[in-house]
Amino acid sequence: MKQQLPIALVFIFGLFMVFQYFVPHETSEEAYEFLLDWIVIIGIFALGLGIWSLIKVNWDKIAEARRNNTREWFYPCVTMAGLLMIIIPGFYGTKDGVSGFYFLSSEGLQNSFFRQLFNYIIVPAQSTMFALLAFYIASAAYRAFRARNILSTLLLGAALIVMLRFNPYIGPLSPIFADMANWLLNVPNLAAKRAIVIGIGLGVVATAMKVVLGIERGYMGKG
Amino acid sequence: MTLFDKMMTLDRRWIFLFLAVVCFITYYGKFQIPIPVNSEVRSVYNKIESLPEGSIVFLGIDYDPSSQAELHPMTYAIMEHCFRRKLGVLTAALSQNGPGMAEQVFMDVVDSMKLPREYNGVEYPARDIVKGVDYVFLGYKPYFSLIILGMGQNFRIPFPADYYGTPLDSIPMMQGVNNYDQVAFVCDLTSGNIADAWISYGQSRFNFDMALGLTGVMAADYYPFLNSGQLIGIMGGLFGAAQYEQLADNAGLAKDGMRVQVFAHLVIILFIIIANVGFFMSRRKQGN
Amino acid sequence: MDLTTFLWTTFGIYLTISIFSFLYKDNPFYKFTEHLFVGVSAGYFVIILWHNSLAPNLFNKIITDHVWLYFVPGIAGLMMFTRFSKKYSWISRWPLAAYIGISAGLAIPLEMSARVNRQLYASMANISWDNFWGPGFLNTTAGFSDIIVLVGALAGLIYFFFSKAHTGTFGAIAKLGLWILMIGFGTSFGFTVMARISLFINRIQSMETWRVASFNTANEHYSMIFPLAFYGILLLVLAYAIVQFIKFMKERASAA
Repeated sequence: MKQQLPIALVFIFGLFMVFQYFVPHETSEEAYEFLLDWIVIIGIFALGLGIWSLIKVNWDKIAEARRNNTREWFYPCVTMAGLLMIIIPGFYGTKDGVSGFYFLSSEGLQNSFFRQLFNYIIVPAQSTMFALLAFYIASAAYRAFRARNILSTLLLGAALIVMLRFNPYIGPLSPIFADMANWLLNVPNLAAKRAIVIGIGLGVVATAMKVVLGIERGYMGKG
Repeated sequence: MTLFDKMMTLDRRWIFLFLAVVCFITYYGKFQIPIPVNSEVRSVYNKIESLPEGSIVFLGIDYDPSSQAELHPMTYAIMEHCFRRKLGVLTAALSQNGPGMAEQVFMDVVDSMKLPREYNGVEYPARDIVKGVDYVFLGYKPYFSLIILGMGQNFRIPFPADYYGTPLDSIPMMQGVNNYDQVAFVCDLTSGNIADAWISYGQSRFNFDMALGLTGVMAADYYPFLNSGQLIGIMGGLFGAAQYEQLADNAGLAKDGMRVQVFAHLVIILFIIIANVGFFMSRRKQGN
Repeated sequence: MDLTTFLWTTFGIYLTISIFSFLYKDNPFYKFTEHLFVGVSAGYFVIILWHNSLAPNLFNKIITDHVWLYFVPGIAGLMMFTRFSKKYSWISRWPLAAYIGISAGLAIPLEMSARVNRQLYASMANISWDNFWGPGFLNTTAGFSDIIVLVGALAGLIYFFFSKAHTGTFGAIAKLGLWILMIGFGTSFGFTVMARISLFINRIQSMETWRVASFNTANEHYSMIFPLAFYGILLLVLAYAIVQFIKFMKERASAA
């Protein structure tokens, strides 16, 4: 039950999905729709594990900081406060003129405070965190990109041509770089990426077959 | 220590400062650069231009605020283009923060359509864009591969109701619209492996016309799919968004930001050249 | 822009500058913003998941539509939480196995079709011998370009075949494949630089929008708080920079 049943389930469901692709019969389609509907619901609970994990980790940090009488409770408190600050208005809305907490309908999504938290905390914070990468790539370009051998020279050469493709300030070289970049993208880049795509496709199919046949059992964890 | 040794050990914060100063100065320069248009982007524009009035376009707003810099301008330009052409826009957001991004776009574009405007020499009168009649926002569901497959059977399987909780069967625009067969064109705007899922699970199985709007990091990787005909077009990064704005005559944040791109690229190229000169000089000195 | 929106936008700009301050060094402003973002982001996901997934696909089906069969996926989903128990964690393998089986089974024919079959089909393109050199400089439709695509893709695939040693003719073709791959990675790098810079440009644009709103006296909701907030944040950043510079000079002096 602990080991064999999961392997059997993977095999049965996997085989059915492969079989269903080639069988357009109504019964096969109905079973397929039924499975798609149910498996998304099961998967949603798996996402809840991550949220529970976040709450538990921060709760434990606060408890430990209080026990040891240190100041390290502050940042986990900020995280938990942020979590509660958006969850509470996310369930509070107005329906037919009556304001209150609604759990089975989406009034909370229209809550202006909920929207403002997204627009003025999540959006600037996440976009700025990724904007830091602009500086790191400049620093990496200065410190790491060396034309040590022919391979790195090819890489750098291709990169320079693509970077200059829309630059109008390089005089008569502008249209030449634009044409070269277009050719690079549609010919050698196409060849390289096609090889990678085919390789990935074969790898995915091989791994999926190993999973369905029970050769790959990493999803079961220990025990 | 020689000059080249000092160059190699320069504190990276000076590099950060130099790049930031160049970007700010170029931004406040307020000049425009010409935007050449590639065939990959033109084919997306032409596809939407060719659709008859009343056709349904599916827009996948599958990105987070981390990619809004490149994909938001594309989304604005495409959505406004669809509304001008009086096409129905059916949207889903299959990424975690996608719903918030989609709501921002809808609010801003609906406001923008309330003003009469001229694009490419054609006058467009003011128009009220009505939710449920001109657009439907399905919302978010996890496990995008399964959702893409489910929508191919019937939109109502993964989405019994839209983002606002209205059952799909009671939405006017969704009458007679069951799956991708009733959708004229699918355009997915994404920054992650949702693009792969749309190609493998969506286009491969259901054979609809599809284009992708991608971040610059991913754009070059999808040329095989463009060449094989699985995609009709790719809009890659801020440059792709600027090209679409150029075609639609709807200048926005993408065209505004391209002048900074040009000079920032020159700065990066300068850093690479300086670093390589230093490297070769140091190597020659070691050789001597 | 009204006052509430301006105050929210100012807070957003404060968060932006706090995160950018990390470029100088790690500091409490950055840490606060990072932790706040993690909490708010997780909470947003909970709400979206609840209202868009759990409520319409499960709770409403059971409570409103009375389709009792939906208790089965509900219970199967709850079985996932047994993962936290040392004694009963094996129960969580059953729903996980169903999900893994379905995903793996779907992937086999679809990935084979999209990534392998269609790509191999596209590789077997007609080489235009009539138009071998193309009408102009580096034409993508020219015959020689078609040959480069075909040979390059095959060579790239041969490079990834590690079951045979890369020696002799096989090794030479693999080396050609590596060269083609390097050009592909170079084009990706060129695009990546554009992508990263775009992210910073967007932040400049949002800071400019805020700055313009601060001084727009024509706005009917304009208030003195707007320019005060702008100058306030500017002064804070300047004060922080001056303090850090003084510390840096003192450290240099004491090191000397």
